[in-house]
Amino acid sequence: MSMTLDTNKKIGIFLVCAIILAVLPFAVGSVLGNAWVRIIDFALLYVMLALGLNIVVGFAGLLDLGFIAFYAVGAYAYALLSSPHFSIHLPFYITIPLGALFAAFFGVLLGTPVLRLKGDYLAIVTLGFGEIIRIFMNNLNAPVNITNGPQGINLIDPIKVGGVSLGSTIEFAGLSFRSVYLYYYLFLVLTVGVVIMASRLQHSRIGRAWVALREDDIAAAAMGINIRNIKLLAFGLGALSGGVAGGLFSSFQGFVSPESFGLLESIMILAMIVLGGMGHIPGVILGAVMLTIVPEVLRSVIGPLQMNTLGRMVIDPENARMLLFGLALVVMMLVRPEGMWPSKRRKAEFRHAKENAAQKG
Amino acid sequence: MDTFLQQILNGLVLGSIYALIALGYTMVYGIMGLINFAHGEVVMVGAMVTISVISGLTHFGVNLPGPVLLLIGVAVAIPSCMLLGFVIERVAYRPLRGAQRLAPLITAIGLSIVLQQLAILIWGRNYIPFPPVLDHDVVTIFGASITTLQIFIIVMCFAIMVGLLVMVERTRLGRAMRATSQNPSVAGLMGVNVNTIISATFVIGSALGAIAGVMVATNYDQAHYYMGFMIGLKAFTAAVLGGIGNLGGAVAGGILLGIIESLGAGYIGSLTGGFLGSNYQDIFAFMVLILVLIFRPSGLLGEKMADRA
Repeated sequence: MSMTLDTNKKIGIFLVCAIILAVLPFAVGSVLGNAWVRIIDFALLYVMLALGLNIVVGFAGLLDLGFIAFYAVGAYAYALLSSPHFSIHLPFYITIPLGALFAAFFGVLLGTPVLRLKGDYLAIVTLGFGEIIRIFMNNLNAPVNITNGPQGINLIDPIKVGGVSLGSTIEFAGLSFRSVYLYYYLFLVLTVGVVIMASRLQHSRIGRAWVALREDDIAAAAMGINIRNIKLLAFGLGALSGGVAGGLFSSFQGFVSPESFGLLESIMILAMIVLGGMGHIPGVILGAVMLTIVPEVLRSVIGPLQMNTLGRMVIDPENARMLLFGLALVVMMLVRPEGMWPSKRRKAEFRHAKENAAQKG
Repeated sequence: MDTFLQQILNGLVLGSIYALIALGYTMVYGIMGLINFAHGEVVMVGAMVTISVISGLTHFGVNLPGPVLLLIGVAVAIPSCMLLGFVIERVAYRPLRGAQRLAPLITAIGLSIVLQQLAILIWGRNYIPFPPVLDHDVVTIFGASITTLQIFIIVMCFAIMVGLLVMVERTRLGRAMRATSQNPSVAGLMGVNVNTIISATFVIGSALGAIAGVMVATNYDQAHYYMGFMIGLKAFTAAVLGGIGNLGGAVAGGILLGIIESLGAGYIGSLTGGFLGSNYQDIFAFMVLILVLIFRPSGLLGEKMADRA
């Protein structure tokens, strides 16, 4: 697709995308209501998270099942530094970078002991790490109340840009920008930033080192790649994006509690990458958007559908949603393990693997 | 001193259950080199089915002594879980044999979610109390107390483990399993039906899981759709601690982990001056897991391997 397009067409596509993204909240808000703008905001947050995890899993091939821990660290860092909980109200341009750095520190902290682990082992240790973080958040309310335990932290400050709070409605140029619209544009800018970072990284010397590491770590080491540093860099940078998304989540939601950071969330983000197309940035974005929007659509469809066809609720929508999610994971892996929109390279790898398997019988 | 002995006894009960579940993980890992993420759900289903059978029987006015009811419940739960284990292997693992490593992991997680959600559909989201079919007579040993049920759990676990070890070491099926775990293709050339052996491994592991599930439910007097996750994770830790793929290791690892956990939970309060309490019990397993993987990735009884992937 991209090979045959000339520059004019590329600019055209870019402009069309930019216009669509710019008017999206107004279009969605007026047709479907503001609740859906909120869902789109969450989709952008998940795109950031998925791209962060994609650095670790997709680029470097390190299977991480505890990624949500870094999101949690970022979220709690923001919550503790901008809420009445400690009566600290630092501005976002301090708290978000601080939260991101803190998350990156945790990423390296986790990365160091697990440098020698691969595959399933790494997955289960990172899963354990995520649980440890969650258990601490749940219990660090006594004897010194740091995280306020399972109740979580409330009344977190919204982000203020130049004295204007994103938590309020702003009238500008005859349009009224609600809070969800304002956050949309903030998230959009940052998501574009993360996309650029991820794609620049992918095509850099570091990105090529990650690919080498993913394909064969021994050969990569023999080629002079410092395996330790490159792994830690992947963990650190992935966690950094997770931390940024966490801080944004905190300010957007106004409330954090350990419940938002369970294993299922980690699985959800991993699923976005795997179902979208691991290591392929457009695929990952597609996966994140799909896995945020489709469950919400299901949530609003399953209930009424049952009432209309069966006359009663047979299965509650939350239950049905998760059931379908689980089934989707299984079916997708059996039918199309390379994901919805894989990169050319991965597609070829999978075809190759399939042919090999077929030859072996 | 009494606390010490008490925690050791508690740990022994917990540990023998971990060991039983860990055997399921380690057998599958030994043969296929994969972690069966859905194994915890098999444990949960075992507990749930037993409870349902017992409540069903009492509901229809079947008047039998408690232990007999329990026995009937277990007798239904074991084949149900065996079937479940068989299906899990067929759906999540067999079609993906030889595929990239991530794929079976994701299907297993997907199946895990499906099983949990089905459990919610059937049994609801709340904790289900275990029917009062057993007396909890307390026996006091050197000032520490243990129930007869817990003694029974420990004895049963050891009997089953010895049975399994004998089966693997002495029978034809056991020999075929060992051959398959060493080298599936050569085992196939020697006339072993590798597919049957893999199915058998899942089925046997699931039977052990079902029994363990009942033990967990009787010990805590309740069951829950999510109970399989944490206990599965801990049992996996036990398997790694003992050296994954090694049956004796799974047993040793399970018991050791149970004791570490109870001692940790019992003493963490006084060790940290009251800063951390027994609500941190769950982090010990993860700490042990991480420490073992850093310092001795082959586990206590595992063979040294150059590279685990």
